[in-house]
Amino acid sequence: MANTKSALLVGVGGQGAILTAKVLVNGLMKAGYDVKMSEVHGMSQRGGSVSTQVHWGEKVNSPVIGKGAADIIVAFEKMEAVRYSDYLKPDGIVVVNDYEMASSSIAAGLESYPEGCIEELKKHFSTYSLNAAEIAASLGSSKCMNIVLFGSMVKALGMESIADWETVIRETVPAKFAELNINAYRAGHTAVK
Amino acid sequence: MEKHLLTGNEAIARGAYEAGVKVASAYPGTPSTEIFENLPNYKEALYSEWAPNEKVATEVAYGASIAGMRSLCAMKHVGLNVAADPVFTAAYNGVGGGFVIVTADDPSMHSSQNEQDNRYYAKSAKLPMLEPSDSQECLDFMKAAYDISERFDVPVLLRTTTRVAHSKSIVTFGERTEHPVPEYKRNPAKNIASPANAVRNHAKLEAAFVELEKFANESELNRVEMNGNKIGVVSASIAYQYAKDAFPEDTSFLKLGMTNPLPMELIRDFASKVEKLYIIEELEPFMEEQIKAAGIECEGKKYTGLLYELNPQLIKERVFGEKADGVELGVKAVSRPPALCPGCPHRGFFYTMSRHKDFVVAGDIGCYTLGGSAPLSAIDSVVCMGGGFSVAMGLAKAFELSGQTDKKVFGILGDSTFFHSGMTGAVEIAYNKGNVIPIVLDNSITGMTGHQDNPGSGYTLQGDIAEKVRIEDVLAAYGYKNIIIVDPQDLKAMEKAVQDALASDVPAAIISRRPCIMIKRIKHDFGKCEVDASKCIGCKMCLKVGCPAVTVENKKARIDLTQCVGCTVCAQVCPKGAISRKE
Repeated sequence: MANTKSALLVGVGGQGAILTAKVLVNGLMKAGYDVKMSEVHGMSQRGGSVSTQVHWGEKVNSPVIGKGAADIIVAFEKMEAVRYSDYLKPDGIVVVNDYEMASSSIAAGLESYPEGCIEELKKHFSTYSLNAAEIAASLGSSKCMNIVLFGSMVKALGMESIADWETVIRETVPAKFAELNINAYRAGHTAVK
Repeated sequence: MEKHLLTGNEAIARGAYEAGVKVASAYPGTPSTEIFENLPNYKEALYSEWAPNEKVATEVAYGASIAGMRSLCAMKHVGLNVAADPVFTAAYNGVGGGFVIVTADDPSMHSSQNEQDNRYYAKSAKLPMLEPSDSQECLDFMKAAYDISERFDVPVLLRTTTRVAHSKSIVTFGERTEHPVPEYKRNPAKNIASPANAVRNHAKLEAAFVELEKFANESELNRVEMNGNKIGVVSASIAYQYAKDAFPEDTSFLKLGMTNPLPMELIRDFASKVEKLYIIEELEPFMEEQIKAAGIECEGKKYTGLLYELNPQLIKERVFGEKADGVELGVKAVSRPPALCPGCPHRGFFYTMSRHKDFVVAGDIGCYTLGGSAPLSAIDSVVCMGGGFSVAMGLAKAFELSGQTDKKVFGILGDSTFFHSGMTGAVEIAYNKGNVIPIVLDNSITGMTGHQDNPGSGYTLQGDIAEKVRIEDVLAAYGYKNIIIVDPQDLKAMEKAVQDALASDVPAAIISRRPCIMIKRIKHDFGKCEVDASKCIGCKMCLKVGCPAVTVENKKARIDLTQCVGCTVCAQVCPKGAISRKE
């Protein structure tokens, strides 16, 4: 377990976490790693909080981790980064989309959206924040927001050399969206420093 | 050999193919659904279908087994409750072709109403049980399960959990083996479960179990990994993977693939080689109790607890007292429960029901369970698939007998649930003259599990067109004389339908009909709703429809255009006409 790494991709059902994880694991497999990935299906997909875990290394046992064990969290929505932050190792990395989605309880006026999510994350973790929704929209489709964040994740983890990520993206996403997603990957990669 | 990254469910489908399965039947249910969504990939070699419910699926698969074919049925854990009747007797009668029943349990209830531990079904129905711990084992154990089924003349239960079913790991494929089907011959002593035969067949099953335990003690499905003599762990399923990460490197493991019957001699031998023995399993102490009963000293549930999923960190914490080093932030996330999608046809229905304090609504399992969440809060109870109508009948009878005649009782369930087990409840209400309005929320698909076809949708699992079963025709045949079909997105019509049904002199039922907006093969009339801020008075009526796209900011309604599909339910409740649909 000491030689494995784990990533938590978190967000709101329907934001594309599963596709992002697929790109990641396809690249990791090409690089020869043992990989396990855990998805969530069913009820929580309906606008609920979702997390997808990816765990890789020479040999991986558990597909899931518990608290204090993730190397990186990639959050498609900023409150979700806060929700899962206790899964991070104390020296973990956060890549967070500076993007706010009201939950159904907030929309109904029963709770209010917490203030200062990103500032608080920055206080405790090595945090990269970007507005992936805006970047994706400027590329032509808010749908590629997930791959923008993926580009930032590769940068944050310094994983550029382990796979030819642009080829992996081309092979993973539907052909007609390949260019869009490769541009999204590049934009996400340069958006964080 | 080419490697594939597959979920456990995909690997089970592949395993069924490689094992030479020819007939497969199931009803969708998280976390088992994707097994059957993947079977049409092999439709040249095997027939697969969605059955109306798990009992039917089990009987179809078992019928094919009687005819000598390898067959499969699969279901979520609570599905096995529905299918239990044929399963218990199939164990007595035994099989023709190999017969495997897959049960997918859901510890932590990611998408379920309970976290029952279906390993006890294996014990009480006397089924040999295999529990894979990753996707490669899902594939391999399927093939082993068919061999065991045929060798010992008994159905085999293959149990997964959410993390086995929905985790991806690397799998190497094999080839399909065909199993010739002998010409069918009638065999009453084996296949007719009359008392006289059952008396014999029960004894046959018990004898098979003696042999099965010998097999379990020698089978490669159960494997010893000796790494030291201090600590030993007996584990199976996903808990084995967790324990591998949680225990020190010099821990020895007895990794069980076959957990019913337990290989007690193997366990005893393993226990004798270690100083301290732990049993690591999720949910109930299924293995621990049996191992303790065999006089073998061990501990498990004392540390791991009975509730919810485990993970490596939890095991470390509970067994070794090692707290995870997490960081506590100065800000807290608020809840994000699942909600009906923007544009969901159920929203208008539940909004209508939520406006009446004298309505009592017995709900059911599906997306529409979310109608019970705030702010709609329009459901009184949810129990199980098909329970909506019959629970409503009991409520109405109790209100009648206790003089609470002001209450108006409704039973609700979806189209797929109607065919699953709601039809019998509809018969109950009609025949026994229940003071209940049954309502079918017909969105033309099995929604929650991810859009599987059902007898009302007009397509089969393998993509063929089928004659739709019309819900209104079924209800009419049961004796409903006033069947009101209404578009729930038209709030005035929806309210009128409810009032007309309540005022009806003859047995009335409602079909609230509009297709799910996520159905891809239907052309939907999507648009966007916008707020005219000059008209909005900030009264928050629009929030009462519980749409994730609608919020109020700075005392004005706001609609998130990335989520809105223009259903206009919020516009219809606005008292000032401040919301309107723009194309």
